[in-house]
Amino acid sequence: MSILADPNRREFLKAATLGAAGLVVGFYVPAGRRFAHAAEAPAAPAAPPLPQANAFLRIAPDGTVTVLLAHSEMGQGIWTSLPMLIAEELDFDVSKMKVEHAPAAPAYFHTAFGAQMTGGSTTTWSEFDRYRQVGAIARALLVQAAAQRLGVDAAACRTENGAVIAGDRRLRYGELADDAAQLPVPASVALKDPKDWKVIGQPTRRLDTPEKINGTAVFGLDVRLDGLLTAVVARSPVFGGKVKSFDASAALAVPGVRKVVQVPSGVAVVADHFWAAQQGRDALKVDWDLGAGAALDTVAMLAEYRKLAAADGKVAAAAGDAPGALAKADKVVDVEYVAPYLAHAPMEPLNATVRIATDRCDVWTGTQMQTGEQMAAAAITGLKPEQVHIHTTFLGGGFGRRATASADWVSEAVHVATAAGATVKTVWTREDDVRGGYYRPMVVHRIRAALGSDGLPAGWDHTIVSQSVMAGTPFESMFAKTGIDPSSVEGAADSPYLKAIPNHRVQLQDYRAPVPVLWWRSVGHSHTAFAMECMVDELARAAGIDPVEYRRRLLADQPRLRAALDLAAAKAGWRSPLPAGRARGVAVHESFGSFVAQVAEVSVEGGRIRVHRVVCAIDCGIAVNPKTIEAQMESGIAFGLGAALSSAITFKDGRVQQSNFDDYRVLRLPDMPKVEVHIVPSRERPGGVGEPGTPPIAPAVANAVAALTGQRLREMPLRLRA
Amino acid sequence: MKLRVNGKDHEVAAPPDMPLLWVLRDLLGLTGTKYGCGVGQCGACLVHVDGKPRRSCMTDVADVAGKSITTIEGLSADASHPVQQAWAEMDVVQCGYCQSGQIMAAAALIAEKTKPTDPEIDAALGRQLCRCGTYQRVRAAVHRAAELNQEQKS
Repeated sequence: MSILADPNRREFLKAATLGAAGLVVGFYVPAGRRFAHAAEAPAAPAAPPLPQANAFLRIAPDGTVTVLLAHSEMGQGIWTSLPMLIAEELDFDVSKMKVEHAPAAPAYFHTAFGAQMTGGSTTTWSEFDRYRQVGAIARALLVQAAAQRLGVDAAACRTENGAVIAGDRRLRYGELADDAAQLPVPASVALKDPKDWKVIGQPTRRLDTPEKINGTAVFGLDVRLDGLLTAVVARSPVFGGKVKSFDASAALAVPGVRKVVQVPSGVAVVADHFWAAQQGRDALKVDWDLGAGAALDTVAMLAEYRKLAAADGKVAAAAGDAPGALAKADKVVDVEYVAPYLAHAPMEPLNATVRIATDRCDVWTGTQMQTGEQMAAAAITGLKPEQVHIHTTFLGGGFGRRATASADWVSEAVHVATAAGATVKTVWTREDDVRGGYYRPMVVHRIRAALGSDGLPAGWDHTIVSQSVMAGTPFESMFAKTGIDPSSVEGAADSPYLKAIPNHRVQLQDYRAPVPVLWWRSVGHSHTAFAMECMVDELARAAGIDPVEYRRRLLADQPRLRAALDLAAAKAGWRSPLPAGRARGVAVHESFGSFVAQVAEVSVEGGRIRVHRVVCAIDCGIAVNPKTIEAQMESGIAFGLGAALSSAITFKDGRVQQSNFDDYRVLRLPDMPKVEVHIVPSRERPGGVGEPGTPPIAPAVANAVAALTGQRLREMPLRLRA
Repeated sequence: MKLRVNGKDHEVAAPPDMPLLWVLRDLLGLTGTKYGCGVGQCGACLVHVDGKPRRSCMTDVADVAGKSITTIEGLSADASHPVQQAWAEMDVVQCGYCQSGQIMAAAALIAEKTKPTDPEIDAALGRQLCRCGTYQRVRAAVHRAAELNQEQKS
C-alpha cells in the first residue's frame, strides 16, 4: 500500500475534511473515560447518533471494500479488529478487506474523548458499536438496492459473504455499490444477536502482515516526496535550556547540508539526507543558556521524594481512620517502592514530514493524536485546522510517546519546515529519543499497613510521590481539578483491595520538576500495580497465608478479578512443585476495563533474575479477536518485564545519563519468557488489551524473587543484592 | 561507486564513509531497511552482504562496493521465502518496524543452520530488538521457517 500515491484517497480526503468547521471545539474536552472504572467504561451512550458510514467504509464498483481507521495502528492490532467489527455486520470476508488510516477530521473523533486519538486501550470498546453500526448501515443499503433492482421485498433478501441473495439471484456488493450510495441512510439499524456472530470471537490473522514482511509498509520515516530534505535538531542538553547563540559555519561546510535554522526547540540542520544532517549537527556549535534544569539530579530527587513520602499530601481516597488503625495495630509493615523515569523508546524514532503551501499544510507522521497535531500545525502556520492535512502512517511503536498534549515533535517539524522554507522530514536520532524527555515519571510509594488478627490488612496508609503527566497541559484543568492527577494514583486510590480494607487512605504528593513526563504504556498502573501487588504479597507472607489465597480473600467481592486469578493459578499449577532453584510469584490487577492475573516462574542465574514462564489470564469482556489479545498480553509482558529488569532514565547535572540501547536497556529475545495466555470467556462489553498486560508482570516477578531468595526487591529495575 | 543491491547494479554518489543504511534508504529509496539506533545495538538495519548478516548502520558503503547486498525488498519477489511464510503463519508482526531486520537475521540463520537450536537463535537474533515484544513468536517462526526450508528443499 502506498499512502502517497492514491488519487482516490486524496479525493476522499478532500471530501472528508470539508465539513471540518466545528473542529476547533473538540480537542481538549475529553471525558474522563481513560480513568473510568471497568464497570462504567465500556458502556456506550444510550442512543448514539448513527455514524457517517461513508467516512468509515468504501465499497467500490469493482467490489473492493476499504475500511478507514479512526485510530492509529501502532502494533496493537486494530488494523484487523476494527475491520472485523464491520465485517461481522456487513457479511464480508474480513481477510479481503483493505484498510487505511483515516484523515484527520471530526467524523473520526473518539466516541468518548471528542478528539481523534488512540490511547488508554480504548479503541475496541469505544468503537465496538460505531464500527458494527457502519457495517449494518452499509448492509441495509446494499440489501435495499438489491431489492429495488430485483423487484423484491428487502425482507426476502439475505446477505452472505459479500453478496445479497434473493431466491436464486445473487448480486455482489460491488454491483450494488453505486445504487446503494444514492439511497437515504436508515434512521436506525439492528445489530446482530451475539449468538449469530461469525467474525467476532474468531481468532483472526493480522491484515497488515503482507506489507510488514516485505518491507513495503510505510512508516513516518519512510515517507518520500519530491524535493524532500531531512533535518535533525540540536536541542538543549538539559530540559528548559535556551539557545544563546550558535555558529553554523562548520555545519554548513558538511557536504549535503543546505541550511541551519533556529526553531523554538533548538537549532535545526537541514540537509539532502539524514547522514548529512546528522554530521552537520555534530559540527554545529551552540552556546546554551542551560537554566535551572542543569541542577537536576535523580539521586537528590529521590531523597526529596522519600522525605515527601513521609509527609501528608492531598487525599485521593480515604475511608475510616487509617492512621488510627495503624496506631492501634500490633503488627505494621512499613515499606517504600520506587520506580524510575522510563523512556518509551519505540523502535521507530520520532519523525514528521511537513510540506507547507499558501493554503494548506500536509503532515505525514505516525501519531496517536491527530486532532492535536492538526491544531498545533494550524496555530504555527496560521492556517485553519481543516487546511492542515494529517496523513497517518503506520506507527513504529507508540506506547504513549506519540500522544503529547504539546504535539512536540510535529510542532517542531512544522517550525523547521517553516524556517527552512522547504519540505522537510525532521528526524530524531535514538539519542534524541532517549534524552528527549516525555518519560514515565519517577515515583515513590510509601505504604504502611496494619495486619489484623485474621492476617488481613486492618489499615492501609499510602502516599504516592510523583510528577503529574497532566501538569502544565490542558488536561490538567480538565481532570486534575482538585490538584490530584487521577493518572498518578489510578490503580491505588481505586484499588479493589482497598474496598476490603475498612481503614485506608491514599495521598498524593505532586512533585514539580522540569522533566517532561507522559503516559507510558499503562500510565499510573505501571507503578501502582507494582506497589499494590508487592505489598499485598508482603502482607500475605507476614500473615503466613498463601499469596493466591490471601488475594482471593481480599477480592471476595471482585468476581472478575478473582476468576482471572483463579484461572492463572490453575493453569500455572500454582501449588505444584517446581524444580530446585525456581519459584513462582503472582500478581493480579485491573486496568483499562480488563482484569489480568499473571504467575511468573523465576530463577537466579549468576546473580541475574531469569524469568522462564509467565502464565497470564485475562478477562477483557467479549474477546473480539483472541489472536490480538494473546499478542497484546505477550507484548505487554515483554514491555513491562524489560522495564522491571533493566530500564531506567537517570539525571546528573541536568543531563540524562543514558543515550541509546546500550545503556537504556530493554528486553531482548534471550530474556523473553514462555508466555501462555488464557482468556476468561465473557459476554461483558469489551475492555482494553493494549495496556493491561503490562502492570502485573513487575510485581509477579518481584514476588517470585522474594519467594525464591527471601530478598524483597522494592525498587525497579529489580537488582539482587549480592 | 558501484553497488549491487538485490541483484541490480546502482551507481551511487556517496561519501565513502556514509553508512550503507542511509545509502539504501535516502539515495536508493529502499526504505524497508530501518533505522533504530545508528550504533549497531538494535538490528533494525540488518541486511545481507554476500549472504552474511550485516548491520548496515555500522557499515561504510565503500566497504561493500562490488559485493552482493540483499535487503528485505530482495529477499523474495512474492514473500515466498520460508521465513516470510513462517512469519505470516505465526502472526509474528505487531508494529512491524523491527521486522525487516528480524526476518533478514532469521533468513541468514536458517541458510547457515538447517535446524537451529534455541541457543543458536539466541545467538543470532539476541540483539534484534523489538519493543512490541514479538520475541516468542520470532523464536517459534524461526523454527517453523527452518522446517519449511527443509520441506521446500526436499
